[in-house]
Amino acid sequence: MKTVAVMSGKGGTGKTMVAAGFAVFSQQRLLLADCDVDAANLSLLLKTSDTACRPFMGLDCASIDQSRCVGCGLCEAYCRFSAIDQGDDGVFQVNPLKCEGCAVCTLVCGEEAITISKRQSGEVCHSETPQGPLYHAELFSGSGTSGMLVFEVKKDALENKEKLPAFLIDGPPGIGCPVISAISGADAVVMVTEPGISALHDLQRLVTICRQFGVDMFLVLNKADLDKERAEDVKRYCAQEKIQMIGTIPFDPAVIAAARRGETIADTDTPAAISLKEAWKTLCTAMGIPQ
Amino acid sequence: MNIVIASGKGGTGKTMVSVNLAWSISQSHNVHLIDCDAEEPNVHLFFPGERSEQPVTAEVPEVDSEKCTLCGACGEFCRFGAISVLTKSVMIQPHLCHSCGGCQLACPVDAITEVPRKIGMIRQSSPSPSLTVISGILDEGEIAAPEVIKTAKKAGEWDGISVWDGPPGTACPVIETMDGADVCILVTESTPSGLADLKRAASLAKTLGIPRGIVINRSDGEDGPTLAFCKEENIPVIMMIPFDREIAAIHNRGAILSAEKKEWKEKFIQLYEDAIAIAGGNA
Amino acid sequence: MKVCITSKGDLPESAAENRFGRTPFFVIYDDETGKVIETINNASVNDASGVGPKVVQMLVSKGVNVVITGQVGGNANQGLLTAGIPAYAFGEAETVAEAYAAYKAGTLTRIV
Repeated sequence: MKTVAVMSGKGGTGKTMVAAGFAVFSQQRLLLADCDVDAANLSLLLKTSDTACRPFMGLDCASIDQSRCVGCGLCEAYCRFSAIDQGDDGVFQVNPLKCEGCAVCTLVCGEEAITISKRQSGEVCHSETPQGPLYHAELFSGSGTSGMLVFEVKKDALENKEKLPAFLIDGPPGIGCPVISAISGADAVVMVTEPGISALHDLQRLVTICRQFGVDMFLVLNKADLDKERAEDVKRYCAQEKIQMIGTIPFDPAVIAAARRGETIADTDTPAAISLKEAWKTLCTAMGIPQ
Repeated sequence: MNIVIASGKGGTGKTMVSVNLAWSISQSHNVHLIDCDAEEPNVHLFFPGERSEQPVTAEVPEVDSEKCTLCGACGEFCRFGAISVLTKSVMIQPHLCHSCGGCQLACPVDAITEVPRKIGMIRQSSPSPSLTVISGILDEGEIAAPEVIKTAKKAGEWDGISVWDGPPGTACPVIETMDGADVCILVTESTPSGLADLKRAASLAKTLGIPRGIVINRSDGEDGPTLAFCKEENIPVIMMIPFDREIAAIHNRGAILSAEKKEWKEKFIQLYEDAIAIAGGNA
Repeated sequence: MKVCITSKGDLPESAAENRFGRTPFFVIYDDETGKVIETINNASVNDASGVGPKVVQMLVSKGVNVVITGQVGGNANQGLLTAGIPAYAFGEAETVAEAYAAYKAGTLTRIV
């Protein structure tokens, strides 16, 4: 099974639109994962049913047993993350938003008053869609650790027993830990970009990461005719970096209209849909995925 | 006065709002514009010119092999797998290290010291006497965006007005960015995805106790569900930016809308005044 | 020589486990006698990060000389290399005992 991650660097360039379009264009059912776990939207575009979720236990977090605490303040002094504060009432408290679970406080506490335990930080979910099983997640507001949640979503997806020809990942923006977690193990990355100085700058950073992973790279240029000059910059960059452009999607009001309705563009007979379908075919041929 | 710009969903126009807000304020006040989107920093692209750079480092352990007895205490303590005691040596994997300092505390023979390791940089420039731009830039392949964000915010810390351009999402980099803000401007677009992510970001700002205002970008006048959410949550909508190819084109080529269009300068100054009012009126 | 195989259970009949760091169990054979001498419940299985290196350190402390598993991640790979412990992929073998037999027969591919 080939694994393809749809990524972008910059947010809002159209990753989810592309991933959802690919899923609909595929004649085969695909294994699907929404790895943009702190802004998960693929499930809004595909028709989901039978959603089942399990708790996601995130990073470890310290807690202080107040009956043992003598108020010496060593834990606060040694915590590098400013996660322990003395309140106005003199009581030392752990701020779970800042605690990284390093356990240094347990090491310096002479009273054995501090323990480390797991906190629930979100949910990992499985839904059925006409395009295949979709794995997605919801990160609780204010919980860090999105990279680990990406790992959990992929892990659950890969335990699916259905024989499917490809694993399609809708990735997160950026280049940090959730991105690295999403790309890890992928055979190919499809980068979605748009003409603009920010998007090109972020694309270059993403390419650096992809090179470190040695994955095949493909590019979809979205909203291509919005700025012809900047679109040429992207094309030049791809030629120079030897990245295959598999799709050029024109700026198409039908895309915005579909987004507003919460639908994919794949069902529409629009210039954007036609380009995206071609992109999927080209990708399948290049990666040996049955269309 | 610290104003943080957030969105949840990426690409809704955070950087456009940050750049224009800071530039417009700088026409009458001194302002610091700090790019906290360390994974994809783009603010500096709008202010080309002379700049200074400083590395951002994180402390990682170094083992003195003369003193080390290979007892294993550091590796047993480290919860991140960054230091492991093997047959004949201690292996350090710096990219896994959270710089907590625990291995040093755990070592019974004081064989561990900490050394700085570069994970990113701070880029600083002054495009005009009243505007200072500071960008936190994470090195490719590194994961510690929050540390870079923290350093960028510290570099720009002062008593005056600061605008913090935040990263997308609601995870640790966003939490680090929002920490200490007086008001949060949430930039959204009227799509189901934009609204779903707006709800997440609005909820995070609420958890952190930061007063909120909303900017609806690329509006085509059909913003019913977003407006209903704002009303329900009692968050004021303080700016509407219409869907307009010209605005998109100006921004995409790296120009500043407010500098090219006087009416937008006035709108962004009004946005600043509304943000101050939301924060409680103290500039 | 101690040969360690990642396993879903604590018996030679248990299915071999594909993951190295997050395997539920390790089954250790003594190469000289061909007998299982120890099974270890993996304490790091649910840890947040850096599981690979932690497991390598634990195996070093147990005196393991060879690892048989499915896949090894980058961090664990670095650890095994530094510790000088070779790793082999069990390939087609389904159970721990089959993986050990294939190792003895010399048909496994070395991955670290």
